[in-house]
Amino acid sequence: MIFLTIGTQVPFDRLVKAVDEVAPSLNTKIIAQVSKSAYKARNMQTFDFISPHDFDAFFNSASLIVSHAGMGNIISALEREKPILILPRLAKYGEHRNDHQMATAKVFEKLNYVHVAYDEHELLKKLVSVYTQHLKPLHKIGTTASPELLASIKDFIKSK
Amino acid sequence: MKIIAIASIGGHWTELLRLKPAFENNDLIFVSTNASYAQTVNGHTFYSVPDANRWNKMQVLKMAVAVYKIIRKEKPDVVISTGAAPGLLGIIAAKSMGAKTIWVDSIANAEKLSLSGRLASHIASRTYTQWPHLATASILYNGNVLA
Repeated sequence: MIFLTIGTQVPFDRLVKAVDEVAPSLNTKIIAQVSKSAYKARNMQTFDFISPHDFDAFFNSASLIVSHAGMGNIISALEREKPILILPRLAKYGEHRNDHQMATAKVFEKLNYVHVAYDEHELLKKLVSVYTQHLKPLHKIGTTASPELLASIKDFIKSK
Repeated sequence: MKIIAIASIGGHWTELLRLKPAFENNDLIFVSTNASYAQTVNGHTFYSVPDANRWNKMQVLKMAVAVYKIIRKEKPDVVISTGAAPGLLGIIAAKSMGAKTIWVDSIANAEKLSLSGRLASHIASRTYTQWPHLATASILYNGNVLA
């Protein structure tokens, strides 16, 4: 199963449409959290909002995560050793207030933590190649922040 | 000490939960923007406030009122946020009541601090970035939420 999740705030039709179009050639079930996207998917099971409990269940049973370049999904994928393919939201299409998702995509691609597509056409190609050839997770992280950050915050909370 | 940890749902919330070990041995309260997120912090008091982003001013106002009421009622010693709008509002409210306030800018902001983070950095007792190249004299870098 492939789990497509576009975040909780605004629609992301570009991504939903691209995945829906390539879906028939992938020969697997696709479940999608689409946050009121206008595009009506034909080849996937879609939900506007998924509770954290169900979200976890879908996430854990997926063999590949496809997502906007949101940190929640990137972190969850790294934590649970799931391969993830991301398409950054762009401000010029009204998909976000600014282009910080482009920055996120670039730094995490450079670290080789995630697969990135920078436009819909690249997404079509990468989705097929990642799903058929690269389902091994690229990187794994633990469940908490780095010890330095935790210690620094803890000390500051205790300080007078 | 009483700590309020506040963030909107999604990535901001995921980042906030990864800071939880830093809050051990304190009275911990969580605030987010969807009631179903209570299930991610079982055993802790959880408040939900109306969701909003800067595109909808009326919703922001409703969120601000809800956040202010929680801070006034709970009188926390510390308010910490990883973003976005509700966290900034929480820090403003808590600062006005004399609480210690901490902003941890999301790791998503790899090229510059978020707008909320830039605003928060003028108000919060302490502001962190998660990228070493964005640290300044007043914005600290001390690791990130990934480990």
